[in-house]
Amino acid sequence: MNKRSITILQLYPRDMNIYGDWGNTLVLQRRLEWHGYSVNLTEYNPGDSFPDDVDIIVGGGGQDSGQDIIQNDLLAISQNLHKLANDGVPMLVICGLFQLFGKFFKTQDGHIIEGISLLDLETHAGPERLTGNIITENKEFGEIIGYENHSGQTFLGAGVTPLGKVIKGAGNNGQDDSEGARYRNVIATYMHGSLLPKNPAIADFLIDKAVTRKYGEFTPSVIDDRFAEQARNVAVKRPR
Amino acid sequence: MSKPYVTLLGKAIRNIARIRGGGSALPGLFVEKIDPDFIKRTLAQLPHGVVVISGTNGKTTTTKMVVALLESQGMKVFTNRTGSNFTRGVAAALLGEVDNNGNLDSDIAVLELDEAHAVHFVKTISPKYSLLLNVMRDQLDRFGEIDTTAKMLAQIADKTTDMVVLNREDPRVAAIAKNLDDEKVHYFGLDPELTHLFPNDDDMRGAVIKSSKQLQLLKAGVILQSIKDNTAQFLVEGSPFTTTLKLHGIYNIYNAAAALALARCILPIDHDKEKLVKALSEVTPAFGRGETLTINGQPFELVLVKNPSGFRLSLSSFKPEGYQTMIAINDSYADGRDMSWLWDVEFESLRPGGVSVVAGVRAYDMALRLQYDEITMTLVEPNLSTALRQFLASGDQPKRVFCTYTAMLALRRELAKITDVETIS
Repeated sequence: MNKRSITILQLYPRDMNIYGDWGNTLVLQRRLEWHGYSVNLTEYNPGDSFPDDVDIIVGGGGQDSGQDIIQNDLLAISQNLHKLANDGVPMLVICGLFQLFGKFFKTQDGHIIEGISLLDLETHAGPERLTGNIITENKEFGEIIGYENHSGQTFLGAGVTPLGKVIKGAGNNGQDDSEGARYRNVIATYMHGSLLPKNPAIADFLIDKAVTRKYGEFTPSVIDDRFAEQARNVAVKRPR
Repeated sequence: MSKPYVTLLGKAIRNIARIRGGGSALPGLFVEKIDPDFIKRTLAQLPHGVVVISGTNGKTTTTKMVVALLESQGMKVFTNRTGSNFTRGVAAALLGEVDNNGNLDSDIAVLELDEAHAVHFVKTISPKYSLLLNVMRDQLDRFGEIDTTAKMLAQIADKTTDMVVLNREDPRVAAIAKNLDDEKVHYFGLDPELTHLFPNDDDMRGAVIKSSKQLQLLKAGVILQSIKDNTAQFLVEGSPFTTTLKLHGIYNIYNAAAALALARCILPIDHDKEKLVKALSEVTPAFGRGETLTINGQPFELVLVKNPSGFRLSLSSFKPEGYQTMIAINDSYADGRDMSWLWDVEFESLRPGGVSVVAGVRAYDMALRLQYDEITMTLVEPNLSTALRQFLASGDQPKRVFCTYTAMLALRRELAKITDVETIS
């Protein structure tokens, strides 16, 4: 029997890949394999034709120059992304793509960069970079542990819920205790690079949603997450 | 306070700091506070001016090579040897060299400076020459973006009065030439056959070597043509230049091309080429950059890893076959607090032999990274001292440690109890 297969689409891996974003894709790929699925890893870069058959979408952070390159292309595929999100496709967007999945990003000099409004939120250039170890809390996933590094300050609207409540660190804007955003199975966060390695519960949530959507059921295997647990225990004790 | 007193006091503090085993920054800080003109005034005496070397990777080794090349032609060179590449480190190093009247007996200063400190430094002192090596993702928790780092290098180039030597193969570095007068710019580069060995930051993901193609149209004064074992062949203004090297690692050999290109800008046209070759062949690795100790009759190598590109290059330069491997990762300020960089390194080359020991404050982050590359580990032990002892007892084979900066300092202290290790002042 052929193994059941899941397609992961990396959104703009060439231009939006700063801070170890590859780690998220790798964790999804390996865990899917360990859960007994085969993985079809695909990329979407500016100008490519958007694939029809997608089970999970992962997008990363970029530098300002990377965001300039992808911005128009992202607007062009906005309809595809809306349709998939509303259809329950799990997505993980970090940092730069978190911002551009929102309504707009307003730069320091008042210039508006339009987003795709998939997430009800807006981002304003902030006076300082919010950088350091961060811990948040979420009922479904427990403590979410990561590292943030962003200057944009994001404010959530009524159409999304925060991904977590900040316990330590700055979060979306340093003011209202919220971190990240959640809409259906779309997870957005400023915790870059290594979000999924140290937060396997979120990885398995994305996998569960993708597999269930495609095959109607998901039976997880037992994965040895002791290193993740120990890495989490160390990370919460490190200075900001 | 009058100037000679400042110099004397600074020297005294430096001596006290050395006796106490402290770092090089404190005496430098003192002089900086009491006499902010100290560095400028002292360096202004030098007949051949100041050289600044900056970039993400390779500063220390390249600086060492440039110094050797210039000294081979009889120049007296002042340099910040300790690898303390902040302005205060320069002040501290100067205090060690000046006489009590503040005079420096050197022809030229060759300084390795961290990008951010270099920007600060060139605001006061315009270098005559600068060498800009590369811009890679590193210390993003300090600098925010790679493009920010590139802008810092552009400022150094802008303040350089005579000649700027640029890495042709790094698109962010080569782009700095756009705002400079043509006659001021010199390049070092690679033969097209070798470019795949040196990914720039854009090649890290997506594997598209788009930028480098166009760059090779630029004429480079020094080109690394081929590497075979420890013999490197360069093309210097069209003429072949072959030398053996004691340095390991392909990136160190490319740094030799950078050093040659810079030395040629500084030296008179009739310099002694044979002495250059000899000097280059005798340069040994800077501390922690692939230096080899002998422990229990077996080679023991220390390889400093600071950022993803450096780690990738180290893994491809130092083949794991026949070696037992240890990896030690700390997350102090000097190492970088953010662990995400480990996910930009591919560790598959370690899969056949596995990793003997994973250590350091962030040992479990590293173990987690290796787990996802499906690499077996024998021991994961955050305590460096315990981990090192276990590693040394683990078998009669050559050994190699990849370690971050503070992990390396800690390991050296432990190793010093067993063998002779160069100490750093």
